[in-house]
Amino acid sequence: MNVIDVRGLVKRFGDKTVVDHVTMTVAEGEIVGFLGPNGSGKTTTIRIMCGLLTPDEGEGTVLGFDILTDALSIKREVGYMTQKFSFYEDLTIGENLEFVARLYRLKPVEQHVARTLEELGLASRRNQLAGTLSGGWKQRLALAACIMHKPKLLLLDEPTAGVDPKARREFWDEIHRLAGGGLTVLVSTHYMDEAERCHRISYISYGKMLATGTVDEVVKNAGLTTFVLQGPKLDQVAEALQGRPGVDQVAPFGATLHVVGSDKAALEKALADVEKEHKDVTVTPGETSLEDVFIQFMSGSKDNMV
Amino acid sequence: MNAVFSFARLGALLIKEFIQMRRDRITFAMMLGVPLMQLVLFGFAINNDPKSLPAALVATSSDPYTRAMVSALQTTGYYRFDHVAQSAAEAEFLMARGDVSFVVTIPADFARRVERGDNPQILIEADATDPSVASGAISTLGTVASQALLRAQGTQDAAREAARGQLDVVVHRRYNPEGVSQYNIVPGLLGVILQMTMVMMTAMALTRETERGTMENLLAMPSSPLEIMLGKVLPYLVVGAVQVVVVLVAAKLLFGIPFVGSLTLLLSSVLVFVLSLVLLGYTISTMARSQMQAMQLTFFFFLPSLLLSGFMFPYRGMPGWAQTFGEIFPLTHFLRITRAVMLKGAELPAVATEIGWLVVFVALFAGVALVRFRRTLD
Repeated sequence: MNVIDVRGLVKRFGDKTVVDHVTMTVAEGEIVGFLGPNGSGKTTTIRIMCGLLTPDEGEGTVLGFDILTDALSIKREVGYMTQKFSFYEDLTIGENLEFVARLYRLKPVEQHVARTLEELGLASRRNQLAGTLSGGWKQRLALAACIMHKPKLLLLDEPTAGVDPKARREFWDEIHRLAGGGLTVLVSTHYMDEAERCHRISYISYGKMLATGTVDEVVKNAGLTTFVLQGPKLDQVAEALQGRPGVDQVAPFGATLHVVGSDKAALEKALADVEKEHKDVTVTPGETSLEDVFIQFMSGSKDNMV
Repeated sequence: MNAVFSFARLGALLIKEFIQMRRDRITFAMMLGVPLMQLVLFGFAINNDPKSLPAALVATSSDPYTRAMVSALQTTGYYRFDHVAQSAAEAEFLMARGDVSFVVTIPADFARRVERGDNPQILIEADATDPSVASGAISTLGTVASQALLRAQGTQDAAREAARGQLDVVVHRRYNPEGVSQYNIVPGLLGVILQMTMVMMTAMALTRETERGTMENLLAMPSSPLEIMLGKVLPYLVVGAVQVVVVLVAAKLLFGIPFVGSLTLLLSSVLVFVLSLVLLGYTISTMARSQMQAMQLTFFFFLPSLLLSGFMFPYRGMPGWAQTFGEIFPLTHFLRITRAVMLKGAELPAVATEIGWLVVFVALFAGVALVRFRRTLD
C-alpha cells in the first residue's frame, strides 16, 4: 500500500491555480524529494496532504485516510515540519516538546520528552528559550517535535533552508536513520545534493508535476545532451554560443563551460560552428547533471506560462 | 480516543498559555496594574455633580441683603466667588474666557426693592456649554435664594406659618442619598475595566498565533477548535477573576463604596460577563488577520459600548433607538447588575433578566467563534 496516494489535486487561490492536477504516490519507507522553484506549489501540495488545506479538485489517501474527510486521523500519524519555524519562541525547548507530547497524549510526558531530547542531542539545551536558538538548532527542535509521536509519515517543507552544511549533513543522516526504521519521508528542497540523497524525486513547476523517478531516471528522461568546453577566452565562446539554435544552457563551471541542449544534432552543429571560430577550444561529451535538468525545466515551464 | 475534546490536550494548551503569559512580564503587569490605575484615576476624577465652581460677583452695593444672598449661594457649595467684577462687561469677558462658570449680578436697588416688597431680582448667568456643569448649581437656586432673603428679613417664621396647608413634596434620594458620583462610577468601572482588558487580550490571542506562524503548527497537530478556544479563553478568565478582586477591594478601601447586596450574586454575574467578553474577544480574533486589525476591531466596539451602555451618560436619557442599540452590549446589562447588587442590594429575581441576557451573549459568541474558526489555512 502506498503511504501517499493522491490524484488530480487542484488548488486555486483567487484566479491563480497554484496546484494543477498533481498526482503523486509514495511507497512505505521511501524518501522522496519534492523539488521545484519558489512558488511552484510545493508547500501547498504538502499542506493539502496533511489536511491543512482542502483541495478544490482531486482525491486521495494519506496513510490510508481520506484527505478530504479524515484530516484529524492524518494529523495524528503525520509529522509535519513547516517551512518557517513555528514553535513557540517564548517557550524553552523542553516546554515546547512537553506541549507537543501532551497534545499527542503521549504518556508519560517526561519520558517521551527526555528520550527525544537525548536522541536529537538537545538535552543540554533543554532550558533554553526557542527564540534564542540559531537556525540549525531551531531546525533540530522542529524535527524533534514532529518525530516525537512516532509518526508513520514525515512531511518536511524545506527543512534545511538557512542551515549550515554540517547541520544539513547531520539532518540528512538522521532522516536516513529514520527511514531505515520504516518511516516514510516526503521532503521539499532546493538543494541538488539533497535531491541526490533521496530514493526518488518529483519535480513540480507552476503547479504542474513535470517529472518523477530516481535521479538517474529523471536525468535520462530529460533527454539532454551536455558538452564540456575547455580552452582560453571561454567568456567570448560563451557569448558566441548564447542564443544559437540547439544551445539551451551555457554555464561556466570553474575553468570549463557546460553547454546543454535538448536537440543533440542542432547542439553539435552549433558547437562545430563555434569551434571553427575559436581554434583552441576543445569539446568533449559531458554528463548531464540534475541541476542542468532542473534549469531546463524551469526555463521550459516559464515559456508555457507566457 | 475522543476526537472533539480531550482534557489532556486542553491541559497542554492551558499550560502553554500560562507559561507564555508569565514570560510576557509587561503584559502581565498591565493586566493587573492598569485596572488599579484606572480605578484610582477615574474614581477620583469623574464627578457628575461638580461643586465649588468659579463664579464672578457683580455687586455695587454691600447692604445686608446682598451679603446674605452671596453667603447663601456660597453655602450651597456650588459657587466659589473668586472674581469680583466692577462692571457687567468685565464679567462678560471673564465668562467668555472660561475663567468663571457663573456670573451673579445683584443690582444696586436690590435692598431697596426687598424692603419695599417690590419683587427684587438677581441675575445668575451660567456657562451652559456643558449642561451638566450648570444644572446642579441652578437647580438649588430657587429655594436657596428665597430662604436666604426670608432669613435676612427675619420673617422666616411668618413664612412657614403662611406655607402651612400648602403642597409639600417629599423627595427621597434612595441608594445614594448624598449623590456621591463615585457610588455610581466605581461599580461601573468594574465593568469597563474588565471589558477593556478581557476583550483586547483575547482578541490578540489567536491572531498572535497566526502572525507568528505558530497557527500552522497548531492546526497540523491534533487539537480541536473547541480545545483551542477553551485553551485561549480560560486563562483570561483567571486574569479577570484577579482583576475583580483588585477592583472590589479597592472600591471598599479607597472609595468606601457601600456593598449592600450579595457577593455571591455579584461574582456569579461577573463570571458570566467575563465569559461573554473573552468569547467576544475570541470571535474578533477569528476574524482579524493581524493583531493590528484585532486592535482596531476592538476599538470599534469599545467606544459605542462606553458611551451607550449607561456608564458615562444616563441610559434612560437616550432616545429610544439608542437605548435599543445599547442593549447589544454586554456592558449595558452588567452595569445594571453591579449597580443594582452593590448599591441597591438587589436579589436574583431583580437582575435575572439581565443575567439572562449575558447568558445569551455567551452562547451567541461561543457559537459564532466556533463556526468562524478556520480549521484549515484556506
